[in-house]
Amino acid sequence: MPNVLVIAELFEGKVRKGSLSAITFARQAAAIVGGAFDILLLGPGAKAAAPAMAKYGAGKIMAGEPGEYVAEVYAPIVAKNAAGYAVVCATATAMGKDLMPRVAEHLKAGMASDVVKVADQGGLVMVRPMYAGNVLAHVKVKTPVAVVTVRQAEFEAAAETGGASPVSDAAVAPAEAAAARVAVAGFEKVVSARPELTDARVIVSGGRGLKSGDNFKIIEQLADLLHGAVGATRAAVDAGFVPNDLQVGQTGKIVAPQLYIAVGLSGALQHLAGMKGSKVIVAINKDPEAPIFTVADYGLVADLFQAVPALVGELKKVVA
Amino acid sequence: MKILVPLKRVADPDNANKVKIAPDGSKVTSEGLEWKLNPFDEYAVEAALRLTENAATNTRLGEVVVVSLGPAEAKQQVTQALAMGADRGVLVEATDDKLDASVVVDVLEKLIAEEKPDLVLAGKQVVDGDSNQVAQMLAQRIGWPQATFAAKIETDAGLKTALVVREVDGGVSKLKLTFPAVISVDLRIVAPEGVKNGNTPPEKKYNDGPRYPSLKGIMQAKKKPLALKKPGDFGVTPNPRLEVVKFEPPPARKAGVKVPDVETLVAKLKNEARVV
Repeated sequence: MPNVLVIAELFEGKVRKGSLSAITFARQAAAIVGGAFDILLLGPGAKAAAPAMAKYGAGKIMAGEPGEYVAEVYAPIVAKNAAGYAVVCATATAMGKDLMPRVAEHLKAGMASDVVKVADQGGLVMVRPMYAGNVLAHVKVKTPVAVVTVRQAEFEAAAETGGASPVSDAAVAPAEAAAARVAVAGFEKVVSARPELTDARVIVSGGRGLKSGDNFKIIEQLADLLHGAVGATRAAVDAGFVPNDLQVGQTGKIVAPQLYIAVGLSGALQHLAGMKGSKVIVAINKDPEAPIFTVADYGLVADLFQAVPALVGELKKVVA
Repeated sequence: MKILVPLKRVADPDNANKVKIAPDGSKVTSEGLEWKLNPFDEYAVEAALRLTENAATNTRLGEVVVVSLGPAEAKQQVTQALAMGADRGVLVEATDDKLDASVVVDVLEKLIAEEKPDLVLAGKQVVDGDSNQVAQMLAQRIGWPQATFAAKIETDAGLKTALVVREVDGGVSKLKLTFPAVISVDLRIVAPEGVKNGNTPPEKKYNDGPRYPSLKGIMQAKKKPLALKKPGDFGVTPNPRLEVVKFEPPPARKAGVKVPDVETLVAKLKNEARVV
C-alpha cells in the first residue's frame, strides 16, 4: 500500500504545532495515493510525547530518541524508517528545511519544497510557489519515493479525529560518518512571551521605516496588546534591526495570521510573498504609493511614529 | 584553504512579479528582466572572500573557485564573482528546464572530486526556484557535514574548523564543523561581524553587504581562468527527479480601502473584520 510518513518535530519535549500542518497534507496525499499515513517522532522526549499524537488517525506512531537534532544523525534514521513509503513529508520549519533534502538524498528521491496544495492528476501532483510566489508550479516527483516539505501557513493544523494509533519504537540507524565532524556547540533560546510567528493569530511587522532596532519597541507594544508576534522585512533584518528568524517573506517565514499589521514597510514583493495569505491585512505607511497598499484590506497613510502609539491607545479601549 | 561557491543567475528578483507564464502553462519566461546573480550566492562569494583573506593587509590566504550551471550568457554572473575577487570560474552548460537540485548535485559531486575544496559555501536558496535543497543534498552525497542558514561563520586561524551561528525557530543554534564541510548562508552573513577567520584582526571592520567589484577587479576578472564545461565532461546526463506539469499564476489579492484615521481603523477592525 502506498503510504505517507509524517516526520513530526519536537521542541522542548512537545510536538510543534507546525507538524499538524504536515498531518493535514499527509491525509490529503494519502487519499490521493490510496494509502494511510504514519507518524515518525524523533528527538529528546519523543516517547513521552508520542501518546499525544495518537488521536490524529495515523496508522501507527514510531518514536525514537537519538539525542539532540543534527541532520547527519537524524537523516539516516528517517531514511531507514521511511523504507516502503511513497511520500515522506515534514513541515518547512528551520529543522524541516535543514533535514529533508538530506533525507531525500539518502533515499535518492526527488523533493518538492514548500508545497502549498496537492492535486490528483492521475497521480499525486504538488503545487509549490516559485519566483517569490508569483508562479505556482505543479510538480510530479519521478522517483519511487517523494520527499516533501509543506508550508504551515497553507495547510490548516490537523484536528484530532479520535482513535488510538499504536506507538512503537522507531528503527535505529547508525549516524553518517560525517556526524563525527559536526557537534552542537549550543542553543540559545530566545526567551519571549510572544507566540512564534508561524503560530500567531496576530502579527505586527516593521520595516526600514522603523529606522532602528530600538524603535521596534513600538511594534512590540502593539503586538503585545494583541497577544501577537513581531515580524520584520528583509530590509529590517539586513539593517540589523532584528534577527533573521523574525523575517517574514520569500526567504524568511511564510505566515497567514488572522490579522497582519504592516508598519513602515513598503511591501517589496519578497515581503508580500510571505504574508499575502493573511486573512486581514492592515498597512500603515506615510507613502500613499507604497505597494503594501495594493494588498492591504485597510490602509492608513500616516507617520508610523504617531499612528502606532495612537493605535495602541485606541485599541486599549476595545481590547480587554 | 580552497572554497567552492556554487552560483546561479536569476531573473531580477526585485521584479519577480513581471515574469510571464506561457498561456498553455508550459513555461515561465523573464523577457525584459535583467539577469542578476542570485543574492544569497553573492553573499556566499563575499563570505568566501572574507574567509580567505587578511583584510587588514589585503593578503589572500586561500583560493575561491566559483561554479555555475547555466547558459553561455551566465558567464556574466560568473565574471561578476571573479571581479569581486574570486580566483577562478567554471561554467557548466545547462538550461533551467533541465535542472533540479539533483542534477546540480550530480555535477558538483564530480567537480568537487576534481577540485578537492575544504569548504563548499552556498547561498541558502535561489530566489527563482526557491527550493533550498542543493547544499543539504550535496553534503549527504559527498559525505560531508552541513550547516545551513549561517548568520555567522568563525574559523580558526588554521582554517580547519568553523563555528557556525544559525538563527532558527525559537533561538540561535551553534554548530562546530570540521572541514571539509558544506555551509549555506543567510542574509546576515554579510553584516560587518558576519565572518571572522582568525587572520583578519578583529578591529578591522567590514562594510555591511557584499563588496562591489572595483575597477581593478573588473579588469582582472577578464584575465582570470573561466573554464567552459558541459555536464557530459563530468559524466553527467541531466535527469531531473522532478517534472513540472504546468505553471500557473497565483490567485490575486484585491486591494481594500484607505481609512482616514486611527479611530476609523479600529472601528473597522472591530466591527467589519472582527479581528480585534
